[in-house]
Amino acid sequence: FLGAGGGNDIQWCFSQVKGAVDDDVAEADIISTVEFNHSGELLATGDKGGRVVIFQQEQENKIQSHSRGEYNVYSTFQSHEPEFDYLKSLEIEEKINKIRWLPQKNAAQFLLSTNDKTIKLWKISERDKRPEGYNLKEEDGRYRDPTTVTTLRVPVFRPMDLMVEASPRRIFANAHTYHINSISINSDYETYLSADDLRINLWHLEITDRSFNIVDIKPANMEELTEVITAAEFHPNSCNTFVYSSSKGTIRLCDMRASALCDRHSKLFEEPEDPSNRSFFSEIISSISDVKFSHSGRYMMTRDYLSVKIWDLNMENRPVETYQVHEYLRSKLCSLYENDCIFDKFECCWNGSDSIVMTGSYNNFFRMFDRNTKRDVTLEASRENNKPRTVLKPRKVCASGKRKKDEISVDSLDFNKKILHTAWHPKENIIAVATTNNLYIFQDKMN
Amino acid sequence: QDTQEKESVTPERAEEAKLKAKYPNLGQKPGGSDFLMKRLQKGQKYFDSGDYNMAKAKMKNKQLPSTGPDKNLVTGDHIPTPQDLPQRKSSLVTSKLAG
Repeated sequence: FLGAGGGNDIQWCFSQVKGAVDDDVAEADIISTVEFNHSGELLATGDKGGRVVIFQQEQENKIQSHSRGEYNVYSTFQSHEPEFDYLKSLEIEEKINKIRWLPQKNAAQFLLSTNDKTIKLWKISERDKRPEGYNLKEEDGRYRDPTTVTTLRVPVFRPMDLMVEASPRRIFANAHTYHINSISINSDYETYLSADDLRINLWHLEITDRSFNIVDIKPANMEELTEVITAAEFHPNSCNTFVYSSSKGTIRLCDMRASALCDRHSKLFEEPEDPSNRSFFSEIISSISDVKFSHSGRYMMTRDYLSVKIWDLNMENRPVETYQVHEYLRSKLCSLYENDCIFDKFECCWNGSDSIVMTGSYNNFFRMFDRNTKRDVTLEASRENNKPRTVLKPRKVCASGKRKKDEISVDSLDFNKKILHTAWHPKENIIAVATTNNLYIFQDKMN
Repeated sequence: QDTQEKESVTPERAEEAKLKAKYPNLGQKPGGSDFLMKRLQKGQKYFDSGDYNMAKAKMKNKQLPSTGPDKNLVTGDHIPTPQDLPQRKSSLVTSKLAG
């Protein structure tokens, strides 16, 4: 693994942690998504209780340049609420599955947030002035007795304490029979896709009363169902191209110019399986939990239960790189199946230059793989390491045999401490790592 | 990448054998439909007043069957009771991340 120090390796330091310290986690506080905006100045989280919290990076203090600006709460609001569909006897969770930011066009910020059934476009705007000096109203809003008004004045805008308001501008509802797992904004910045287990829909950001179905893999006879859609994303540059991944470990790339309904893929990415290695678990662990294009658009990354794979869009028959996240779990699959952990959906992310990829694991560990040096590191998100500017110590899991000092044995791993969601600042070496109910921010050591 | 002796079993196969030893009736289809159907049915809460009343009428003299361990599976004969349904409460409290 990556040794400490040495060359150009990043040295990660604890910066901040958000959230409650107590071990008794309320379900609503479970973090379900983390996303930086396009500039990295804003960091949004969504939770199981349907709430969104947005943090804003402080302007750098030029005098004290020990570290980059801290992230402080900017806005928080209730995005979704629990619902019950009486017609279908279906309970709809308020959990925020995904947040995606729109690129900034004006003073306000916009993001899409989605639960299982409904996508919402939120506008987050700042108000730092207010009009004062009304003729007919007192400053507190009460109307003045008109007979007491003897002069006229022009109200003026005066500065006030910054207020950040979030308002829902569009609600995109009733387009998904199954549960939404992904949303992705097109590079045209006008349309976006939403994907559920069996279908993908294309929306226009301005139009809420209709959407186009672009992928439908529902079989005529549900008994024949063998595969579901697990994630989908638009290409970062080609507005006609998107990919979707499946529970069988395949990725399909589709071109919307080819036909209105993209049921036939343009490319099918699949690594051939060695049939002699096939087991009961093979399909389950091959299910792709996340797919992300590189910023360049040349590669895409997929996450399955045990590994991260990098695919070259020009090569369909196998990934160009494969990184083992926690191979030692292969001999624990039986118990991971029994406790349902085998169905955990880990996400993955690229750094800004596409040279390093990151994903989470158990025991509040997360892993980074440097594509150039081929070195990897395991770090831990823990309050025990929370002295700012202290470099995080790499962790090592001992799969079997003699456990060295400072190593952790597989059987001691806490499988309730999962890091499913991580995000990398688009430009800097700042990462946001979500444990069950806490958000950690780490930065590289400067100077 | 590992070269295994012909006799030795891969870790995955060993785990599979363990699982089948514990649950001999495990479905023949690996992965497959059972998981997917469960995934698609997430959130489904079955209570049909018609079914409820018919079942009650059928079982006038018998003990009403109560729920098994998985309350959300469609069982047909099971009669859901209000106690079976988990409490739903909307969380209008501010997130602790903002605290």
